[in-house]
Amino acid sequence: MITLDALTKSYGPATVVDAVSLEIADAGVTSIIGPNGAGKSTLLSLASRILGADAGGVTADGVDVLNAPSRAVATILSILRQEHHTTARITVRELVEFGRFPHSHGRLTPECRAAVAEALAYCDLTDLAERPIHQLSGGQRQRAYVAMVLAQDTHYVLLDEPLNNLDMVHATALMRLLRRLADERGKSIVLVLHDVNYASAYSDRIIAMRDGAVIQDGPPSLVIAEDALEAVYGMRFRVHELDGDRVAAYYR
Amino acid sequence: MRRPTPDTVAAVAPWAAVALVVVLGAVSMAIGVIDLGALDGPEARELILTSRLPRTAALILAGASMAVAGLIMQHLAQNRFVAPTTAGTVDAAAVGLLVATLLFTGAAVITKVAIALVFALAGTALFVLLTQRIQFKDMILVPLLGLVLAGVYRAGAEFFAFRAGLTQALDTWFNADFSGIIEGRYETLWLAGLAAAGAYLFANRFTAAGMGEAFATNIGVNYRLVMSGGLGIAALATAVVVVTVGAIPFLGLIVPNIVTLVLGDNLRRVLPVTALVGASLVLVCDIVGRVLIFPYEISMGLIVGVVGSAVFLAMVMRKGNRYATT
Ligand SMILES: Nc1ncnc2c1ncn2[C@@H]1O[C@H](COP(=O)(O)OP(=O)(O)OP(=O)(O)O)[C@@H](O)[C@H]1O
Ligand SMILES: [Mg+2]
Repeated sequence: MITLDALTKSYGPATVVDAVSLEIADAGVTSIIGPNGAGKSTLLSLASRILGADAGGVTADGVDVLNAPSRAVATILSILRQEHHTTARITVRELVEFGRFPHSHGRLTPECRAAVAEALAYCDLTDLAERPIHQLSGGQRQRAYVAMVLAQDTHYVLLDEPLNNLDMVHATALMRLLRRLADERGKSIVLVLHDVNYASAYSDRIIAMRDGAVIQDGPPSLVIAEDALEAVYGMRFRVHELDGDRVAAYYR
Repeated sequence: MRRPTPDTVAAVAPWAAVALVVVLGAVSMAIGVIDLGALDGPEARELILTSRLPRTAALILAGASMAVAGLIMQHLAQNRFVAPTTAGTVDAAAVGLLVATLLFTGAAVITKVAIALVFALAGTALFVLLTQRIQFKDMILVPLLGLVLAGVYRAGAEFFAFRAGLTQALDTWFNADFSGIIEGRYETLWLAGLAAAGAYLFANRFTAAGMGEAFATNIGVNYRLVMSGGLGIAALATAVVVVTVGAIPFLGLIVPNIVTLVLGDNLRRVLPVTALVGASLVLVCDIVGRVLIFPYEISMGLIVGVVGSAVFLAMVMRKGNRYATT
Protein backbone atom coordinates (compact mmCIF):
# COMPACT_ATOMS: atom_id res chain seq x y z
CA MET A 1 0.00 0.00 0.00
CA ILE A 2 1.13 3.56 -0.72
CA THR A 3 0.18 6.16 1.82
CA LEU A 4 0.36 9.85 1.02
CA ASP A 5 0.25 11.89 4.16
CA ALA A 6 -0.71 15.55 3.80
CA LEU A 7 1.59 16.13 0.82
CA THR A 8 1.98 19.82 0.17
CA LYS A 9 3.80 21.86 -2.46
CA SER A 10 3.72 25.60 -3.03
CA TYR A 11 5.31 27.84 -5.60
CA GLY A 12 5.43 31.30 -4.11
CA PRO A 13 1.95 32.14 -2.86
CA ALA A 14 0.30 29.40 -4.95
CA THR A 15 -0.26 26.09 -3.20
CA VAL A 16 -0.45 23.63 -6.09
CA VAL A 17 -0.81 20.49 -3.99
CA ASP A 18 -2.64 21.21 -0.78
CA ALA A 19 -2.22 18.67 2.01
CA VAL A 20 -3.32 15.70 -0.08
CA SER A 21 -3.68 12.43 1.82
CA LEU A 22 -4.47 9.22 -0.01
CA GLU A 23 -4.10 5.49 0.31
CA ILE A 24 -3.42 3.48 -2.81
CA ALA A 25 -4.34 -0.20 -2.70
CA ASP A 26 -1.88 -3.05 -3.09
CA ALA A 27 -3.20 -4.02 -6.47
CA GLY A 28 -5.35 -2.40 -9.10
CA VAL A 29 -5.56 0.50 -11.49
CA THR A 30 -6.08 3.98 -10.08
CA SER A 31 -6.61 6.86 -12.47
CA ILE A 32 -6.12 10.51 -11.63
CA ILE A 33 -8.09 12.97 -13.72
CA GLY A 34 -8.54 16.71 -13.59
CA PRO A 35 -8.09 19.88 -15.61
CA ASN A 36 -4.72 21.33 -16.64
CA GLY A 37 -2.88 22.78 -13.69
CA ALA A 38 -4.90 20.81 -11.14
CA GLY A 39 -1.69 19.49 -9.57
CA LYS A 40 -1.79 15.92 -10.90
CA SER A 41 1.81 15.86 -12.13
CA THR A 42 3.01 17.64 -9.03
CA LEU A 43 1.27 15.10 -6.82
CA LEU A 44 2.79 12.17 -8.69
CA SER A 45 6.24 13.78 -8.61
CA LEU A 46 5.99 14.35 -4.87
CA ALA A 47 4.79 10.81 -4.27
CA SER A 48 7.73 9.43 -6.22
CA ARG A 49 10.34 11.69 -4.53
CA ILE A 50 11.50 13.25 -7.83
CA LEU A 51 10.19 16.58 -6.54
CA GLY A 52 10.83 17.76 -3.01
CA ALA A 53 7.71 18.24 -0.89
CA ASP A 54 7.23 21.26 1.34
CA ALA A 55 5.44 19.10 3.86
CA GLY A 56 4.00 15.64 4.23
CA GLY A 57 5.22 12.11 3.85
CA VAL A 58 4.97 9.07 1.62
CA THR A 59 5.32 5.42 2.49
CA ALA A 60 5.20 2.45 0.15
CA ASP A 61 4.93 -0.95 1.80
CA GLY A 62 6.15 0.73 4.97
CA VAL A 63 9.25 2.21 3.28
CA ASP A 64 9.69 5.93 3.85
CA VAL A 65 9.87 6.97 0.20
CA LEU A 66 11.15 10.48 0.80
CA ASN A 67 14.00 9.48 3.11
CA ALA A 68 14.94 5.88 2.36
CA PRO A 69 17.94 5.25 0.09
CA SER A 70 16.86 6.07 -3.42
CA ARG A 71 17.93 2.71 -4.75
CA ALA A 72 15.77 0.80 -2.28
CA VAL A 73 12.78 2.88 -3.33
CA ALA A 74 13.58 2.33 -7.01
CA THR A 75 12.95 -1.40 -6.69
CA ILE A 76 9.41 -0.96 -5.38
CA LEU A 77 8.18 2.19 -7.06
CA SER A 78 8.73 3.66 -10.52
CA ILE A 79 7.57 6.85 -12.19
CA LEU A 80 7.00 7.85 -15.79
CA ARG A 81 7.05 11.59 -16.18
CA GLN A 82 4.75 13.61 -18.37
CA GLU A 83 7.62 15.02 -20.42
CA HIS A 84 11.03 13.76 -21.33
CA HIS A 85 13.75 16.28 -21.93
CA THR A 86 16.96 14.80 -23.08
CA THR A 87 19.58 15.50 -25.65
CA ALA A 88 21.32 12.20 -25.03
CA ARG A 89 21.68 9.97 -28.06
CA ILE A 90 21.06 6.49 -26.75
CA THR A 91 19.17 3.64 -28.33
CA VAL A 92 15.74 2.40 -27.31
CA ARG A 93 17.32 -0.73 -25.86
CA GLU A 94 19.85 1.28 -23.85
CA LEU A 95 17.02 3.40 -22.48
CA VAL A 96 14.94 0.39 -21.51
CA GLU A 97 18.00 -1.24 -19.93
CA PHE A 98 18.22 1.71 -17.56
CA GLY A 99 14.99 0.40 -16.07
CA ARG A 100 17.02 -2.52 -14.77
CA PHE A 101 19.56 -0.32 -13.05
CA PRO A 102 18.03 -0.58 -9.56
CA HIS A 103 18.17 -4.36 -9.83
CA SER A 104 21.50 -4.93 -11.54
CA HIS A 105 23.46 -1.71 -10.92
CA GLY A 106 24.52 -1.62 -14.52
CA ARG A 107 25.52 -5.24 -15.06
CA LEU A 108 22.64 -6.91 -16.79
CA THR A 109 21.73 -10.37 -15.57
CA PRO A 110 19.90 -12.88 -17.79
CA GLU A 111 16.79 -11.99 -15.82
CA CYS A 112 17.34 -8.34 -16.76
CA ARG A 113 17.67 -9.16 -20.42
CA ALA A 114 14.44 -11.12 -20.28
CA ALA A 115 12.67 -8.20 -18.60
CA VAL A 116 14.01 -5.79 -21.22
CA ALA A 117 12.94 -8.04 -24.09
CA GLU A 118 9.51 -8.44 -22.54
CA ALA A 119 9.07 -4.71 -22.02
CA LEU A 120 10.13 -4.01 -25.60
CA ALA A 121 7.64 -6.58 -26.88
CA TYR A 122 4.84 -5.19 -24.67
CA CYS A 123 5.35 -1.78 -26.21
CA ASP A 124 5.67 -3.01 -29.77
CA LEU A 125 9.26 -1.80 -29.93
CA THR A 126 11.16 -4.93 -30.81
CA ASP A 127 11.83 -3.70 -34.33
CA LEU A 128 12.89 -0.27 -33.10
CA ALA A 129 15.15 -1.50 -30.30
CA GLU A 130 18.43 -0.43 -31.88
CA ARG A 131 17.21 2.98 -33.04
CA PRO A 132 18.43 6.12 -31.24
CA ILE A 133 15.57 7.66 -29.27
CA HIS A 134 16.09 11.10 -30.78
CA GLN A 135 15.19 9.72 -34.19
CA LEU A 136 11.82 8.33 -33.11
CA SER A 137 8.37 9.81 -33.57
CA GLY A 138 6.71 11.29 -30.50
CA GLY A 139 4.55 8.25 -29.89
CA GLN A 140 7.40 5.82 -30.45
CA ARG A 141 9.54 7.70 -27.98
CA GLN A 142 6.69 7.73 -25.45
CA ARG A 143 6.44 3.95 -25.79
CA ALA A 144 10.18 3.64 -25.23
CA TYR A 145 9.92 5.50 -21.92
CA VAL A 146 6.90 3.42 -20.92
CA ALA A 147 8.90 0.29 -21.75
CA MET A 148 11.70 1.49 -19.51
CA VAL A 149 9.34 1.85 -16.56
CA LEU A 150 7.84 -1.57 -17.30
CA ALA A 151 11.33 -3.09 -17.37
CA GLN A 152 11.91 -1.62 -13.93
CA ASP A 153 9.21 -4.08 -12.89
CA THR A 154 8.23 -2.45 -9.61
CA HIS A 155 5.17 -3.30 -7.59
CA TYR A 156 3.98 0.30 -7.70
CA VAL A 157 4.00 2.00 -11.08
CA LEU A 158 3.16 5.69 -11.36
CA LEU A 159 2.53 6.95 -14.90
CA ASP A 160 1.95 10.59 -15.75
CA GLU A 161 -0.10 10.72 -18.93
CA PRO A 162 1.29 7.50 -20.42
CA LEU A 163 -1.07 7.82 -23.39
CA ASN A 164 0.55 11.06 -24.55
CA ASN A 165 1.19 10.98 -28.28
CA LEU A 166 -0.08 7.42 -28.66
CA ASP A 167 -2.46 6.45 -31.44
CA MET A 168 -5.61 4.66 -30.31
CA VAL A 169 -4.21 1.25 -31.20
CA HIS A 170 -1.21 1.69 -28.94
CA ALA A 171 -3.22 3.57 -26.33
CA THR A 172 -5.73 0.75 -26.02
CA ALA A 173 -2.97 -1.85 -26.08
CA LEU A 174 -1.21 -0.05 -23.22
CA MET A 175 -4.37 0.25 -21.14
CA ARG A 176 -5.08 -3.46 -21.62
CA LEU A 177 -1.52 -4.26 -20.64
CA LEU A 178 -1.75 -2.16 -17.48
CA ARG A 179 -5.02 -3.86 -16.57
CA ARG A 180 -3.38 -7.25 -17.09
CA LEU A 181 -0.34 -6.34 -15.00
CA ALA A 182 -2.67 -5.34 -12.20
CA ASP A 183 -4.82 -8.45 -12.48
CA GLU A 184 -2.21 -11.09 -13.20
CA ARG A 185 0.85 -9.79 -11.40
CA GLY A 186 -0.88 -7.91 -8.65
CA LYS A 187 0.76 -4.59 -9.47
CA SER A 188 -0.67 -1.34 -8.29
CA ILE A 189 -0.78 1.17 -11.11
CA VAL A 190 -1.52 4.86 -10.70
CA LEU A 191 -1.88 6.86 -13.85
CA VAL A 192 -2.84 10.37 -14.87
CA LEU A 193 -5.29 10.43 -17.76
CA HIS A 194 -7.03 13.15 -19.67
CA ASP A 195 -9.26 10.76 -21.54
CA VAL A 196 -11.92 10.11 -18.92
CA ASN A 197 -13.30 7.23 -20.98
CA TYR A 198 -10.10 5.24 -20.72
CA ALA A 199 -10.20 5.97 -17.01
CA SER A 200 -13.79 4.79 -16.93
CA ALA A 201 -13.17 1.56 -18.84
CA TYR A 202 -9.98 0.39 -17.11
CA SER A 203 -9.83 1.78 -13.57
CA ASP A 204 -10.85 0.32 -10.28
CA ARG A 205 -10.79 3.76 -8.81
CA ILE A 206 -10.77 7.31 -10.17
CA ILE A 207 -9.38 10.26 -8.25
CA ALA A 208 -10.34 13.69 -9.55
CA MET A 209 -8.23 16.70 -8.66
CA ARG A 210 -8.84 20.37 -8.98
CA ASP A 211 -6.81 23.30 -7.63
CA GLY A 212 -4.41 21.07 -5.75
CA ALA A 213 -7.04 19.07 -3.92
CA VAL A 214 -8.87 15.78 -4.41
CA ILE A 215 -12.53 16.56 -5.07
CA GLN A 216 -13.86 13.19 -6.23
CA ASP A 217 -12.67 9.75 -5.32
CA GLY A 218 -14.40 6.50 -6.09
CA PRO A 219 -15.15 3.78 -8.61
CA PRO A 220 -15.97 4.80 -12.21
CA SER A 221 -19.65 4.35 -11.49
CA LEU A 222 -19.51 7.27 -9.08
CA VAL A 223 -16.96 9.59 -10.69
CA ILE A 224 -17.96 9.15 -14.32
CA ALA A 225 -21.27 10.85 -13.72
CA GLU A 226 -22.58 14.07 -15.19
CA ASP A 227 -22.64 16.13 -12.02
CA ALA A 228 -19.38 14.78 -10.67
CA LEU A 229 -17.55 15.51 -13.92
CA GLU A 230 -19.03 18.98 -14.10
CA ALA A 231 -17.72 19.67 -10.62
CA VAL A 232 -14.25 18.64 -11.78
CA TYR A 233 -14.07 20.33 -15.15
CA GLY A 234 -16.71 23.03 -15.00
CA MET A 235 -18.24 21.77 -18.22
CA ARG A 236 -21.37 19.78 -19.05
CA PHE A 237 -20.89 16.11 -19.95
CA ARG A 238 -23.37 13.53 -21.17
CA VAL A 239 -22.70 10.11 -19.68
CA HIS A 240 -23.98 7.01 -21.50
CA GLU A 241 -23.92 3.32 -20.72
CA LEU A 242 -22.23 1.61 -23.63
CA ASP A 243 -21.43 -2.13 -23.67
CA GLY A 244 -21.20 -2.11 -19.88
CA ASP A 245 -18.92 0.95 -19.67
CA ARG A 246 -19.84 4.45 -18.64
CA VAL A 247 -18.87 6.70 -21.52
CA ALA A 248 -18.74 10.48 -21.26
CA ALA A 249 -19.54 12.54 -24.31
CA TYR A 250 -18.14 16.04 -24.37
CA TYR A 251 -17.44 16.86 -27.98
CA ARG A 252 -20.28 19.31 -28.51
CA MET B 1 31.28 0.76 -51.22
CA ARG B 2 28.76 -0.13 -48.57
CA ARG B 3 28.53 2.12 -45.56
CA PRO B 4 29.48 0.40 -42.33
CA THR B 5 26.54 -0.13 -39.99
CA PRO B 6 26.56 1.70 -36.65
CA ASP B 7 27.08 -1.62 -34.87
CA THR B 8 30.23 -2.36 -36.82
CA VAL B 9 31.54 1.10 -36.09
CA ALA B 10 30.83 0.67 -32.39
CA ALA B 11 32.56 -2.72 -32.37
CA VAL B 12 35.61 -1.59 -34.30
CA ALA B 13 36.10 1.87 -32.79
CA PRO B 14 37.78 0.84 -29.51
CA TRP B 15 40.31 -1.38 -31.26
CA ALA B 16 41.02 1.20 -33.93
CA ALA B 17 41.59 3.76 -31.18
CA VAL B 18 43.94 1.41 -29.32
CA ALA B 19 45.92 0.78 -32.51
CA LEU B 20 46.12 4.50 -33.16
CA VAL B 21 47.53 5.21 -29.70
CA VAL B 22 50.08 2.38 -30.03
CA VAL B 23 51.30 3.58 -33.43
CA LEU B 24 51.43 7.24 -32.42
CA GLY B 25 53.10 6.32 -29.14
CA ALA B 26 55.81 4.45 -31.05
CA VAL B 27 56.32 7.41 -33.38
CA SER B 28 56.49 9.76 -30.41
CA MET B 29 59.17 7.56 -28.82
CA ALA B 30 61.22 7.50 -32.03
CA ILE B 31 61.32 11.24 -32.62
CA GLY B 32 63.87 13.43 -30.95
CA VAL B 33 66.95 15.53 -31.43
CA ILE B 34 69.19 12.60 -30.64
CA ASP B 35 69.06 9.80 -33.19
CA LEU B 36 68.32 6.63 -31.23
CA GLY B 37 69.96 4.47 -33.90
CA ALA B 38 73.27 6.22 -33.42
CA LEU B 39 73.44 5.29 -29.73
CA ASP B 40 74.62 1.98 -28.36
CA GLY B 41 72.29 -0.22 -26.32
CA PRO B 42 72.59 1.08 -22.74
CA GLU B 43 72.69 4.72 -23.82
CA ALA B 44 69.60 4.29 -25.98
CA ARG B 45 67.82 2.55 -23.12
CA GLU B 46 68.79 5.37 -20.78
CA LEU B 47 67.43 7.98 -23.19
CA ILE B 48 64.21 6.08 -23.65
CA LEU B 49 63.63 5.55 -19.96
CA THR B 50 64.47 9.03 -18.78
CA SER B 51 63.06 11.14 -21.59
CA ARG B 52 61.17 9.52 -24.45
CA LEU B 53 58.99 7.19 -22.43
CA PRO B 54 58.06 9.79 -19.80
CA ARG B 55 57.11 12.26 -22.48
CA THR B 56 54.99 9.78 -24.38
CA ALA B 57 53.33 8.56 -21.20
CA ALA B 58 52.67 12.15 -20.15
CA LEU B 59 51.05 12.91 -23.50
CA ILE B 60 48.81 9.87 -23.33
CA LEU B 61 47.80 10.46 -19.72
CA ALA B 62 47.13 14.16 -20.17
CA GLY B 63 45.21 13.72 -23.43
CA ALA B 64 43.13 10.83 -22.18
CA SER B 65 42.23 12.40 -18.85
CA MET B 66 41.31 15.79 -20.28
CA ALA B 67 39.10 14.19 -22.92
CA VAL B 68 37.36 12.16 -20.23
CA ALA B 69 37.00 15.25 -18.04
CA GLY B 70 35.30 17.01 -20.94
CA LEU B 71 33.06 14.04 -21.63
CA ILE B 72 31.88 13.85 -18.03
CA MET B 73 31.30 17.59 -17.79
CA GLN B 74 29.28 17.85 -20.97
CA HIS B 75 27.13 14.97 -19.83
CA LEU B 76 26.49 16.17 -16.34
CA ALA B 77 25.78 19.69 -17.57
CA GLN B 78 23.60 18.22 -20.34
CA ASN B 79 25.29 20.67 -22.64
CA ARG B 80 27.77 19.75 -25.34
CA PHE B 81 29.68 22.99 -25.02
CA VAL B 82 30.56 22.57 -21.36
CA ALA B 83 34.15 21.47 -20.80
CA PRO B 84 36.97 22.28 -18.38
CA THR B 85 37.91 25.26 -20.57
CA THR B 86 34.37 26.62 -20.90
CA ALA B 87 33.23 26.13 -17.31
CA GLY B 88 36.05 27.97 -15.59
CA THR B 89 37.68 24.79 -14.30
CA VAL B 90 41.02 25.41 -16.02
CA ASP B 91 41.22 29.04 -15.02
CA ALA B 92 40.25 28.30 -11.45
CA ALA B 93 42.96 25.64 -11.31
CA ALA B 94 45.46 28.21 -12.60
CA VAL B 95 44.40 30.61 -9.86
CA GLY B 96 45.01 27.81 -7.38
CA LEU B 97 48.43 27.14 -8.83
CA LEU B 98 49.26 30.83 -8.58
CA VAL B 99 48.17 30.89 -4.95
CA ALA B 100 50.28 27.81 -4.29
CA THR B 101 53.27 29.39 -5.99
CA LEU B 102 52.93 32.67 -4.13
CA LEU B 103 52.04 31.45 -0.67
CA PHE B 104 53.87 28.14 -0.53
CA THR B 105 57.06 28.88 -2.39
CA GLY B 106 58.92 25.70 -3.13
CA ALA B 107 55.96 23.49 -2.27
CA ALA B 108 56.01 19.93 -3.59
CA VAL B 109 54.18 19.32 -6.86
CA ILE B 110 51.58 17.27 -5.08
CA THR B 111 50.83 20.17 -2.72
CA LYS B 112 50.37 22.41 -5.72
CA VAL B 113 48.06 19.87 -7.28
CA ALA B 114 46.02 19.73 -4.09
CA ILE B 115 45.66 23.50 -3.91
CA ALA B 116 44.85 23.76 -7.63
CA LEU B 117 42.27 21.01 -7.13
CA VAL B 118 40.55 22.92 -4.34
CA PHE B 119 40.31 25.98 -6.55
CA ALA B 120 39.21 23.99 -9.60
CA LEU B 121 36.47 22.37 -7.52
CA ALA B 122 35.30 25.67 -6.08
CA GLY B 123 35.41 27.39 -9.48
CA THR B 124 33.41 24.62 -11.13
CA ALA B 125 30.95 24.45 -8.26
CA LEU B 126 30.26 28.14 -8.64
CA PHE B 127 29.58 27.57 -12.34
CA VAL B 128 27.16 24.77 -11.55
CA LEU B 129 25.38 26.85 -8.92
CA LEU B 130 25.01 29.77 -11.30
CA THR B 131 23.73 27.63 -14.18
CA GLN B 132 21.20 26.02 -11.87
CA ARG B 133 19.78 29.47 -11.23
CA ILE B 134 19.28 30.16 -14.93
CA GLN B 135 15.63 29.66 -15.78
CA PHE B 136 16.05 28.76 -19.43
CA LYS B 137 19.01 26.49 -19.89
CA ASP B 138 19.97 27.81 -23.26
CA MET B 139 22.49 25.78 -25.26
CA ILE B 140 24.73 28.81 -25.68
CA LEU B 141 23.96 30.81 -22.56
CA VAL B 142 25.32 28.16 -20.20
CA PRO B 143 28.85 27.90 -21.68
CA LEU B 144 28.82 31.66 -22.21
CA LEU B 145 28.31 32.08 -18.49
CA GLY B 146 31.18 29.64 -17.96
CA LEU B 147 33.43 31.65 -20.25
CA VAL B 148 32.59 34.86 -18.44
CA LEU B 149 33.37 33.18 -15.15
CA ALA B 150 36.62 31.82 -16.59
CA GLY B 151 37.49 35.33 -17.75
CA VAL B 152 36.96 36.66 -14.25
CA TYR B 153 39.15 33.96 -12.69
CA ARG B 154 41.81 34.59 -15.28
CA ALA B 155 41.77 38.35 -14.87
CA GLY B 156 42.26 37.88 -11.15
CA ALA B 157 45.13 35.51 -11.78
CA GLU B 158 46.73 37.91 -14.24
CA PHE B 159 46.49 40.80 -11.81
CA PHE B 160 48.34 38.98 -9.06
CA ALA B 161 50.72 37.27 -11.46
CA PHE B 162 51.67 40.67 -12.84
CA ARG B 163 52.37 42.07 -9.41
CA ALA B 164 54.44 39.05 -8.51
CA GLY B 165 56.29 38.98 -11.81
CA LEU B 166 54.80 35.61 -12.70
CA THR B 167 53.09 36.59 -15.94
CA GLN B 168 55.29 34.31 -17.99
CA ALA B 169 54.71 31.37 -15.72
CA LEU B 170 50.97 31.99 -15.96
CA ASP B 171 51.15 31.85 -19.74
CA THR B 172 52.78 28.45 -19.64
CA TRP B 173 50.05 27.13 -17.37
CA PHE B 174 47.48 27.82 -20.05
CA ASN B 175 49.53 26.36 -22.84
CA ALA B 176 50.55 22.75 -22.56
CA ASP B 177 54.19 22.10 -23.26
CA PHE B 178 55.76 18.68 -22.99
CA SER B 179 59.29 19.62 -23.97
CA GLY B 180 60.46 19.74 -20.38
CA ILE B 181 59.05 16.34 -19.47
CA ILE B 182 61.63 13.91 -18.18
CA GLU B 183 61.53 11.16 -15.62
CA GLY B 184 60.48 12.61 -12.27
CA ARG B 185 58.56 15.51 -13.80
CA TYR B 186 55.37 13.91 -15.01
CA GLU B 187 54.40 11.23 -12.52
CA THR B 188 51.56 13.29 -11.03
CA LEU B 189 49.79 12.75 -14.35
CA TRP B 190 49.15 9.16 -13.30
CA LEU B 191 46.68 10.65 -10.82
CA ALA B 192 44.76 12.18 -13.69
CA GLY B 193 44.90 8.89 -15.57
CA LEU B 194 43.67 7.07 -12.51
CA ALA B 195 40.79 9.51 -12.11
CA ALA B 196 39.78 8.97 -15.72
CA ALA B 197 40.01 5.20 -15.36
CA GLY B 198 37.97 5.39 -12.17
CA ALA B 199 35.31 7.31 -14.06
CA TYR B 200 34.70 4.20 -16.14
CA LEU B 201 33.36 2.42 -13.06
CA PHE B 202 30.63 5.02 -12.79
CA ALA B 203 29.99 5.38 -16.52
CA ASN B 204 26.40 4.15 -16.27
CA ARG B 205 25.63 6.54 -13.47
CA PHE B 206 27.03 9.46 -15.45
CA THR B 207 24.88 8.51 -18.40
CA ALA B 208 21.83 8.32 -16.13
CA ALA B 209 22.60 11.69 -14.53
CA GLY B 210 22.99 13.11 -18.03
CA MET B 211 19.37 12.15 -18.66
CA GLY B 212 18.28 14.52 -15.92
CA GLU B 213 17.80 14.53 -12.17
CA ALA B 214 14.31 13.02 -12.18
CA PHE B 215 15.38 10.26 -14.56
CA ALA B 216 18.34 9.38 -12.36
CA THR B 217 16.33 9.52 -9.15
CA ASN B 218 13.65 7.21 -10.52
CA ILE B 219 16.19 4.46 -11.12
CA GLY B 220 17.79 4.96 -7.74
CA VAL B 221 20.88 6.88 -8.81
CA ASN B 222 21.94 9.47 -6.25
CA TYR B 223 22.03 12.48 -8.52
CA ARG B 224 23.92 14.82 -6.24
CA LEU B 225 26.52 12.25 -5.39
CA VAL B 226 27.10 11.46 -9.06
CA MET B 227 27.27 15.15 -9.91
CA SER B 228 29.81 15.83 -7.19
CA GLY B 229 31.82 12.73 -8.01
CA GLY B 230 31.88 13.49 -11.74
CA LEU B 231 32.84 17.10 -11.29
CA GLY B 232 35.44 16.02 -8.74
CA ILE B 233 37.02 13.68 -11.27
CA ALA B 234 37.01 16.37 -13.95
CA ALA B 235 38.48 18.94 -11.57
CA LEU B 236 41.18 16.53 -10.42
CA ALA B 237 42.24 15.70 -13.98
CA THR B 238 42.26 19.39 -14.87
CA ALA B 239 44.23 20.45 -11.81
CA VAL B 240 46.86 17.78 -12.36
CA VAL B 241 47.27 18.63 -16.04
CA VAL B 242 47.44 22.39 -15.45
CA VAL B 243 50.05 21.97 -12.72
CA THR B 244 52.14 19.37 -14.48
CA VAL B 245 52.16 20.37 -18.16
CA GLY B 246 49.69 23.24 -18.62
CA ALA B 247 46.15 23.30 -19.92
CA ILE B 248 45.37 21.73 -23.28
CA PRO B 249 43.01 24.06 -25.14
CA PHE B 250 39.91 22.66 -26.89
CA LEU B 251 40.70 19.03 -26.16
CA GLY B 252 37.96 18.46 -23.58
CA LEU B 253 35.52 20.18 -25.88
CA ILE B 254 36.12 18.64 -29.28
CA VAL B 255 37.12 15.06 -28.54
CA PRO B 256 33.96 14.09 -26.62
CA ASN B 257 31.82 15.80 -29.23
CA ILE B 258 33.40 13.94 -32.13
CA VAL B 259 33.34 10.57 -30.40
CA THR B 260 29.75 10.84 -29.14
CA LEU B 261 28.63 12.04 -32.55
CA VAL B 262 29.73 8.71 -33.98
CA LEU B 263 29.12 6.36 -31.08
CA GLY B 264 26.18 7.91 -29.20
CA ASP B 265 25.99 8.93 -25.58
CA ASN B 266 26.20 5.69 -23.64
CA LEU B 267 29.27 6.45 -21.55
CA ARG B 268 30.03 2.83 -20.85
CA ARG B 269 30.73 2.55 -24.54
CA VAL B 270 32.19 5.95 -25.41
CA LEU B 271 34.37 6.70 -22.40
CA PRO B 272 37.29 4.40 -23.32
CA VAL B 273 37.22 5.53 -26.94
CA THR B 274 37.11 9.16 -25.88
CA ALA B 275 40.15 8.64 -23.69
CA LEU B 276 42.08 6.96 -26.51
CA VAL B 277 41.13 9.55 -29.10
CA GLY B 278 42.13 12.31 -26.68
CA ALA B 279 45.51 10.65 -26.21
CA SER B 280 45.91 10.26 -29.97
CA LEU B 281 45.11 13.87 -30.69
CA VAL B 282 47.62 15.06 -28.13
CA LEU B 283 50.27 12.69 -29.48
CA VAL B 284 49.70 13.89 -33.04
CA CYS B 285 49.87 17.54 -32.08
CA ASP B 286 53.03 17.00 -30.06
CA ILE B 287 54.67 15.06 -32.90
CA VAL B 288 53.75 17.78 -35.38
CA GLY B 289 55.14 20.42 -33.04
CA ARG B 290 58.38 18.50 -32.82
CA VAL B 291 58.93 17.89 -36.53
CA LEU B 292 57.73 21.19 -38.02
CA ILE B 293 60.78 23.24 -37.12
CA PHE B 294 63.09 20.39 -36.15
CA PRO B 295 65.38 20.47 -34.18
CA TYR B 296 63.37 23.14 -32.39
CA GLU B 297 59.87 22.65 -31.00
CA ILE B 298 56.52 24.35 -31.19
CA SER B 299 54.57 23.79 -27.98
CA MET B 300 51.87 21.17 -28.13
CA GLY B 301 49.31 23.61 -26.74
CA LEU B 302 49.78 25.93 -29.69
CA ILE B 303 49.27 23.15 -32.24
CA VAL B 304 46.20 21.83 -30.41
CA GLY B 305 44.88 25.37 -30.31
CA VAL B 306 45.13 25.71 -34.08
CA VAL B 307 43.81 22.25 -34.86
CA GLY B 308 41.15 22.49 -32.16
CA SER B 309 39.71 25.79 -33.31
CA ALA B 310 39.48 24.50 -36.88
CA VAL B 311 37.78 21.29 -35.79
CA PHE B 312 35.47 23.21 -33.50
CA LEU B 313 34.38 25.53 -36.28
CA ALA B 314 33.81 22.61 -38.61
CA MET B 315 31.77 20.93 -35.90
CA VAL B 316 29.53 23.94 -35.34
CA MET B 317 29.12 24.69 -39.05
CA ARG B 318 28.50 21.10 -40.07
CA LYS B 319 25.42 20.92 -42.22
CA GLY B 320 22.39 19.60 -40.40
CA ASN B 321 24.28 19.55 -37.15
CA ARG B 322 22.41 19.14 -33.92
CA TYR B 323 23.33 22.55 -32.56
CA ALA B 324 21.07 24.19 -35.09
CA THR B 325 18.11 22.52 -33.43
CA THR B 326 17.87 21.21 -29.92
N1 LIG C 1 8.19 24.85 -11.31
C1 LIG C 1 7.03 25.49 -11.13
N2 LIG C 1 7.01 26.78 -10.76
C2 LIG C 1 5.84 27.43 -10.58
N3 LIG C 1 4.65 26.88 -10.74
C3 LIG C 1 4.60 25.58 -11.11
C4 LIG C 1 5.78 24.83 -11.33
N4 LIG C 1 5.43 23.58 -11.69
C5 LIG C 1 4.08 23.56 -11.71
N5 LIG C 1 3.59 24.76 -11.36
C6 LIG C 1 2.16 25.10 -11.25
O1 LIG C 1 1.55 24.13 -10.44
C7 LIG C 1 0.25 23.86 -10.91
C8 LIG C 1 0.07 22.37 -11.04
O2 LIG C 1 0.92 21.89 -12.07
P1 LIG C 1 0.88 20.39 -12.53
O3 LIG C 1 1.94 20.20 -13.54
O4 LIG C 1 0.89 19.52 -11.34
O5 LIG C 1 -0.55 20.30 -13.22
P2 LIG C 1 -1.23 19.07 -13.92
O6 LIG C 1 -2.48 18.78 -13.18
O7 LIG C 1 -0.30 17.97 -14.12
O8 LIG C 1 -1.63 19.72 -15.32
P3 LIG C 1 -1.58 19.12 -16.81
O9 LIG C 1 -2.87 18.43 -17.01
O10 LIG C 1 -1.51 20.33 -17.66
O11 LIG C 1 -0.41 18.25 -16.91
C9 LIG C 1 0.07 24.63 -12.21
O12 LIG C 1 -0.72 25.75 -11.96
C10 LIG C 1 1.46 25.03 -12.57
O13 LIG C 1 1.46 26.27 -13.22
MG1 LIG D 1 0.62 17.12 -15.71
